[in-house]
This record gives sequence, C-alpha cells and structure tokens, in this order.
Amino acid sequence: MTTITPIDQSPKEQEVQHDLHADHRLFGLVAFLIADGMTFAGFFAAYLTFKAVNPLLPDAIYELELPLPTLNTILLLVSSATFHRAGQALNKSDSKSCQKWLLITASLGLAFLASQMVEYFTLPFGLTDNLYASTFYALTGFHGLHVTLGAFMILIVWWQSRQPGGRITSQNKFPLEAAELYWHFVDGIWVILFIILYLV
Amino acid sequence: MTITIPPKSNKESEGLQPKGFLRYFSFSLDHKVIGIQYLVCGFLFYLVGGALASAIRIELTSPISDFMPRDVYNQVLTLHGTIMIFLWIVPVVNGAFGNYLIPFYVGARDMAFPRLNAVAFWLIPPAGLMLISSYFINGAAQSGWTAYPPLSITTPAAGQIIWILSVLLLGGSSIFGGINFIATILKLRRPGLKLMQLPMYCWAMLGTSILVVLSTPVLAGTLILLSFDIVAHTGFFNPTLGGNVIVYQHLFWFYSHPAVYIMVLPAFGLVSEILPIHSRKPLFGYTTMVYSIMAIVFLGLIVWAHHMFTSGTPPWMRLFFTIATSFIAVPTGIKFFNWVATLWGGKISLNSAILFSCGFIVNFVLGGITGVALAQVPFDIHVHDTYFVVAHFHYIVYGGSVFVIFSSIYHWYPKFTGRMLNEKIGRIHFILTFVGFNLCFAPQHWLGMNGMPRRVAEYDPQFTFVNQLSSFGALLMALSTLPFLWNVIHSSFKGEIAGENPWQALTPEWLTSSPPPVENWLGEAPLVTDPYGYGKKQLQEQFNDLESEKQ
Ligand code: HEM
Ligand SMILES: [Cu+2]
Repeated sequence: MTTITPIDQSPKEQEVQHDLHADHRLFGLVAFLIADGMTFAGFFAAYLTFKAVNPLLPDAIYELELPLPTLNTILLLVSSATFHRAGQALNKSDSKSCQKWLLITASLGLAFLASQMVEYFTLPFGLTDNLYASTFYALTGFHGLHVTLGAFMILIVWWQSRQPGGRITSQNKFPLEAAELYWHFVDGIWVILFIILYLV
Repeated sequence: MTITIPPKSNKESEGLQPKGFLRYFSFSLDHKVIGIQYLVCGFLFYLVGGALASAIRIELTSPISDFMPRDVYNQVLTLHGTIMIFLWIVPVVNGAFGNYLIPFYVGARDMAFPRLNAVAFWLIPPAGLMLISSYFINGAAQSGWTAYPPLSITTPAAGQIIWILSVLLLGGSSIFGGINFIATILKLRRPGLKLMQLPMYCWAMLGTSILVVLSTPVLAGTLILLSFDIVAHTGFFNPTLGGNVIVYQHLFWFYSHPAVYIMVLPAFGLVSEILPIHSRKPLFGYTTMVYSIMAIVFLGLIVWAHHMFTSGTPPWMRLFFTIATSFIAVPTGIKFFNWVATLWGGKISLNSAILFSCGFIVNFVLGGITGVALAQVPFDIHVHDTYFVVAHFHYIVYGGSVFVIFSSIYHWYPKFTGRMLNEKIGRIHFILTFVGFNLCFAPQHWLGMNGMPRRVAEYDPQFTFVNQLSSFGALLMALSTLPFLWNVIHSSFKGEIAGENPWQALTPEWLTSSPPPVENWLGEAPLVTDPYGYGKKQLQEQFNDLESEKQ
C-alpha cells in the first residue's frame, strides 16, 4: 500500500489527460433535473394529499374535459420524437434537416402552450376559486413555465445550428443535447401530470 | 500508476483574476478564493445573527417584555434563526470548507463547474442583505424560521415575502453548490484514486449534496405556494379558504429535517479529518464511517414527521416516524464511537483545533441523546415547542456544527493564510465558548421540561433565575468572539509562519505551499491513496523520503 506516489511526467500518460478535460456538463444537468423533478414531486404530493383529505363542496366539483389535454399530451410526445430526429441529423452533420426538426419541435411546444391557454380560458374556475382550482393552476402553470423556457431554448439552438455561422455542430453538440434532455424531462413530467390531474 | 494532471493554462486564469486582497471581492473562479469568500461572508452574518441572539437573551433576563416590543421580538427571533441556518452554518460547512478542500481531496485543480460555483456564492450576499434590510423597510418576517402558516399568512406580508425570496435565493445557491460537489467528487477524481480512498469529508459532502439536491427543491416549491397564499390569496395553506396547514408542515420538514443533516454531516466529515491528524492515528473504521453516512442520508429522508407529533398525526405515522428516527441513532452512534476510538491511545496534541473537536463530540452526544428522547411520542408531546427543543437543537447546531467550524478554522487557518493562529488565545476562546455554551443551553432542558414555551418573549416568573443563568452563558459566548476575532486578524499579519505542512498531515491540501498557488500544486497533483496513514511506520518513512527529496 502506498501513501504518496511521487509522480513524474512521462509521455505515455498524456492520453489520460484527455479524460480529465471530459465534459461534465451533461452530468450536472442530470443532477439539476433530478432537483427540478423533486419540486414537481412536492407539488404532486401536495395535490394528492389535498385531494385525499380536503374534499370539495359538491357544487365546486368539476369534471375536467379530456380532449384538449389529450391533444396536448400527443403534441408533447411527438415533439420529443422530433427533437430526437434533430439530434440524429446533427450527428450526421446535416444541419439543414436538424434545423427543420428543431423548428417543428419548437412549433409543437408553442402549439402546446396555445392549447393550454385555450383550456385555461374555457375552464369554469379561476385561480382562487377553491383549493382544487389553485392546485390545478399551480401545477399546470409551473409546468407551462418549463415548456416556455424549453421553447426558447429550442429556438436558440435552432438559430445556433444554422450552417455556416452557427456554433452548434456535430463537434459541439452539448447545447442541443442539453436542450433535448431538458425537453424529454418536461414531457415526462407532463405525462405524470396528465395522469394525476386528469385521469386519476 | 503514475499519472499527471496537467495544469490548466495558467496564463489565462491568472490574467483574468485580480490579485491580492481585491480578489476576494471579485467574481473569482478559483475554488480557494470562493471558499474564503463563503467563510468570511458567513462569519459576518454570524456576527449579525449573534447580535440578534444577544438581544433575545437580554429580553429574556426578565419575565416581562421590556427590552423590545413584542412584534420586534418576533422579528429578531425569525431573523436570528434564518441567518444562523441559511447564511452561516449551511454556507460555511458546505460552501466554505467544501469549496476549499474538495478539489484538493479529489486531486483536481478546481471544481467541476467553476462559473456555477461563483454564481452560487454571489447569490448569498444579496439574499442576506435583502433579508436583513426587510427589518428596516416594513418589519421583517415574524413567523420564525419555519414560517408556518397560518401565522406566516396573517403577519405583515412585506417582510414575509422578502423572507421567502431570500430563502429561495439561498436554496438555489445551495442546490447549485450541491450539484457542483456531486460532479466534482464523482467525476473529477484524479486517475488512480478510488472512491474508498477519499478523505471522509468527501463522503460527507457527497451525502450532504445528495440531500441538498433531493430536498431543497421541495422547500422551494412549498415557499412558492406560500407566497401565492400571501400575494394572490390562494388558499393552499389557509384553512379559512379550505386549505391545509398540515401539508405545509409535511413539505417543510421534508426539506428541513434533511437540512439538519445538511448542517451536521459536513461537520462530521471535517471532524474526521481533524482528529486523525492531531492524534497521529488512522481514522478508526473508515468503511463503517462511509456506510453510516449513507445510512444517515437515507434515513434522514424518511423521518421528517417527528417534528409533527403534535400536529394531529395519525397513530401509524407516529409509530413509523418514531421507529425510523430512533434508527438514526445507530449510524450516528457508530460515528461517535469511531471518533472516540480514533482518539483512543493516540499521541494527542491538545491544541485549539482538537479542543474544539472534542467539545463537538461531547456536545453532540448530549444533543443526540435528547434527539432520541424527542423521537419518542409520549415524551415529545410533553416538551414539543418548549425550550427543551431549543436546547436539543442548539446542542447540535451550535455545540456540534459551530464547534466544528471553529475547530476547522484553527486547523486550516495556516493553509488559508500561511500563518499560525495564536494557541494561547485559541484556548481562551475554547474555554469561554465551551463554558458559555453549556451554561446557556443546559439549563434550557430544565426550562422546557417545566413547561416554558419557546418563541415567546414573556414567561412565568418562576423561570427567571434559570433564564438569567442562561443569559449569562450567552454573554460568555458573545465575549468569546472577541479573542477569536483578535486572533484571526492579528495572526494574519503577525502570526508565526506556518510553512507547507505544520501539522505533518498526509492529505493533499498540505502537500503544497501555504497559501496554495492558483492551480493548487505547482507540479503534478499528488496521489494520496491512504490519507489516514498516520503512525504506520512504513508509510511514515515514505513520507519522510518524499519530504527530504523536496529539500
Ligand atoms: C440522533 C439524531 C436526532 C434525533 C433523533 C432528533 C430528533 C428530533 C426531534 C424528534 C425533534 C422534534 C422536537 C419537537 O419539535 O418537538 C427535533 C427537533 C430539532 N432537531 Fe433534532 N434530532 C437529531 C439530530 C439532529 C441534528 C443532527 C440536528 C441539526 C444539525 C437537529 C436539529 C434539530 C432542530 C433544528 C430541531 C427543531 C426544529 C424546530 O422546531 O425549529 N437534530 N429533533
Ligand atoms: Cu428532524
């Protein structure tokens, strides 16, 4: 067993050095998303507890319409797939098709937000009407905030992946990968939210 | 294996950063500068929090509310708790020592995300100043560090909202720090260094950071909902609007029980570094220490409702949380016995660093015992929200964490500044702190058992004498700060020159100049595979060889 090994620089070891400059940003992002997921977990737990122990008055109970949120779910799931296609295109250095898929993804995200707005304005309850209404808006609103942020990120990635001139290339994939991971995360959260809020 | 870590391009980082004293006021990316920024900033807030504590103890020297108006008392109490937790202990045991030491321990030249690191630090001063300034604007928050609704909804809104904002900022800072520590420990280890060869503080910080990442976001979400209740008049936690205060308590404690470990686990780690060096013995039971940390992390996440035994918790919940909480005593006890075994038969040099560490062990055992007592429902129902609880957690957060912070300052000051602290003054500081602390908080057990409620400025006159005793202890604690301050300031100019390794330590931060250069080591990063190899003859010889080689 050794305590301290004096080290001398030998050319053979130079290869290992590359590893030391490895990029850990994606790892950091995963940790951040776990943290972000815990925020949602807290909200979900609050919602489910409220639902279990704070029954609403009979006239405050309202059955949510399903078509719009189902459409929303489909929009987001498809957008996850299209983002994946964009990533594949970037791997092949096909910036044209990468940009195309990114734009489609961003449009799907914006369509989701639009349809969410439609739902908000057609619902018969407002933010402060009752506990259920407040939690509904807090949850969907917090998620919508994530979608908004994600859509902005996609548009930035889209702009930066233009060729020539953009900074995102198959050599510098991190921004796209990060945005993609985040986007899948936001979609995953929506699926849970959809199940808990609309189906259960 | 012989592998080197290439220095980052020195030119770049040196050119960008201000030199000398000014760098502590800059957006420096050097983990050592950031560590010192955390430490000094935290200590300044500690002085503020301490002044507030003194105000509380002055008020409590008499059973009537005469020193300050009642609502001011509430504000002082809230600010005191919030500052001490979020601006002193959490940033210092994590941010300050973590940033300074972890890159050394894993053999890296900086943290994984230096920029995020600087951002995390620079969130703290504005958040702290904002919090304190709320007192002068419209009155600070009045609902204690726990901000329980409906109190936090019904007390003046401005102060409470500022409180929420600054806690959110501090929580964000803490999460960024946690992500950085996890990435640094898991990803930046120098090649050849195995996880089970890391100094214990790395494990403590890994465990703590997992807790930070898993639990702090829940607090953030909860406080956002609370702010909606205050600003938008939603009713999440407002019973008059159909809301549920118990849900707040669950969510709050889901963060805040882990938070007590966020304050004390890093302290465990620091003590585990300090004891072996000053008793010249290997750390006893390294592997069990690692597993106990991980057990504490896991159990720490599932015991939160022991703070809610009087909140109408159903019997099954009481049973579960009592048992789970009592289990924490096992890994905690293992660590305690390991520290004692580390000291046992060692060549102990009774300097200020080890005095404070031993003080920690003594105080922490007392706090742990009252903790286990509080976990038992029949007892807790009797003393919940009394001074007994105040005594319990001060034995742990002050007697534990703050003692360790002082111990660590005595231990690493030579590395930070290149100069030694004055031992004699250090011992005076220790004696004053230890006596003052126990005089201040031991009597509070009795007060609580006899029914004196916490957080109230007035009390039954029968408690007057014991409260005065406690306040006298607080006075000693306040006084103890003076020799310490004088010591750290005076020694930074006049202290004895420390040299590279005044303690003959084996951990990597000592194998470089004091203070270390920007990239930590001028040459290659040393590979330390047995950081606790003290007293092992063969190892010692190797060490000596290395030293003589240098000369
Ligand atoms: C052996 C381990 C421990 C056990 C079994 C334990 C148990 C408890 C229990 C049951 C309470 C609730 C008392 C009540 O409000 O009626 C409590 C309160 C508290 N404990 Fe511990 N504890 C332990 C360790 C710690 C540690 C390590 C810390 C901090 C570093 C800590 C800090 C606190 C604080 C701050 C409170 C009061 C919170 C408040 O109401 O403001 N405890 N503890
Ligand atoms: Cu607890």
